[in-house]
Amino acid sequence: MTTAVVQDGLILRTLARIGRMAIFFFQMLVQCGTVLARPNLVINQIYNAGGRSLVIIMLSGLFTGMVLALLGFTLLQRFGSEEALGFAAALALLKELGPVLTALLFAGRAGTALTSEIGLMRATDQLTAMQMMAVDPLRFVVAPRFLGGLISMPLLTGVYDVVGLFGAHLVGVRMMGVDNGSFWSQMQSSVSLHDVNEGIVKSLVFGFICSLIAVYEGYNSEPTAEGVGLATTRTVVASSVLILLLDYMLTAAFI
Amino acid sequence: MTDETIVDVRDARYSVRGRAIFSGLTLQAMKGQITAVMGPSGTGKTTLLRLMTAQIYADSGEVRVFGENLVDLNSRQTFALRKRMGMLFQNSALLSDFDVFENVAFPLREHTDLSENLIRNLVLTKLNAVGLRGAADLMPEELSGGMARRVALARAVVMDPELLIYDEPFVGLDPIALGVILRLIQQMNQALGITSIIVSHDVHELSSIAHRTYLMAEGRIVASGTPDDLARSTEPIVRQFMSGDPDGPAPFHYPAPDVTAQLLADAKS
Repeated sequence: MTTAVVQDGLILRTLARIGRMAIFFFQMLVQCGTVLARPNLVINQIYNAGGRSLVIIMLSGLFTGMVLALLGFTLLQRFGSEEALGFAAALALLKELGPVLTALLFAGRAGTALTSEIGLMRATDQLTAMQMMAVDPLRFVVAPRFLGGLISMPLLTGVYDVVGLFGAHLVGVRMMGVDNGSFWSQMQSSVSLHDVNEGIVKSLVFGFICSLIAVYEGYNSEPTAEGVGLATTRTVVASSVLILLLDYMLTAAFI
Repeated sequence: MTDETIVDVRDARYSVRGRAIFSGLTLQAMKGQITAVMGPSGTGKTTLLRLMTAQIYADSGEVRVFGENLVDLNSRQTFALRKRMGMLFQNSALLSDFDVFENVAFPLREHTDLSENLIRNLVLTKLNAVGLRGAADLMPEELSGGMARRVALARAVVMDPELLIYDEPFVGLDPIALGVILRLIQQMNQALGITSIIVSHDVHELSSIAHRTYLMAEGRIVASGTPDDLARSTEPIVRQFMSGDPDGPAPFHYPAPDVTAQLLADAKS
């Protein structure tokens, strides 16, 4: 089996791909300092990647919170501890569902947009035109989009968590009749800073991975309609798999 | 190389996956002149432009621009060299996020510290020169092909380059737009003294403005001289290209088995 895989070059191709992505990242990193001196470029991309994903993130957060409350209430009621609903919902949202689902939605919404936008710029010679005008596209196009995605992800995760808790409160307290004071006080006393930090670290890691994959795939896409389509697909697949893999590793690291 | 030579390609060879796009290619573009590179489609004309602008590098031979050997330059030096040249792309390559004004202003904003007033004056002057001052607020998708080409030309000259490279500037243009672009290229050369290299297969348009013409075929220069020299040439390949004959030294058909034999074989199967 191993021999077959090596013969097909899968391992070598994967390693080469990781190597190219690492070189790409360091080349982009060199440009990030210059980009930060022109914050408007990054702010525009925070709006594009983050602002424009707000509606889907809020809707998803709301329904996730509502489902959590519904399931949590049914389960906790069996043990007579439905007051712990706030704590259970907060923990699930802050540590797992918030960062993971936000990242998956981000990869599908903003990641694909980033890849196809940069890919189309490549296909229509806009990136080459910039190079010919002595402007490095890594500085003007890629780095601002990467930083925009990186900064957006924790912010979107925060919004997701807050709206999710609102949804859980709506169903748990308003519909199922859990005591309002217990809902919040259990949450306040049981959720630690460690739990919040776990969510923040995860959202930063996922933001880094999703944004890097999206800009890399777009920048290196074949300059054809099919090439841009394939790059967009690769962005979603690679981001989703890595998010779930890294989520497990980070969860294990925080235990 | 003389002081007057701006672009000097010597014995260049370039191949992709073992297939030679061109080999032994030699040509020069002289200062202040319009140099035309003509040839049938697929002979590597655009590849040659990419070679001259350090987007790709020759496998062997030498490509010098402004006296600099391109392979010796690092990326900073390459960018510095590119500031001295402008390029008009076949598909215009306007930045889709920006309107016409910002597209033309882009190189000025990136490379100069000029005041907003001065940038505005420069951009509007260049747009006026191509007849599109009134289109400054339009987005690239609102422009016709000819208008986009003119905006791209304004952008290419906004930094007052010494060398201007045109990749198929006449493709897809109606006769009016084509005439306008042709006149603009000539004016840029005569009024500003810009050295121009034009890659195209439009024989008659180029013959009217070029000082020197190179004819490319099968990955090499098969003829060169003034447009009149080429018009008088008795070389079969030159005759075929200048008169547009479908068959000759440059075959119209891609290599294939005999058509009758293939059709009969298909019918039998």
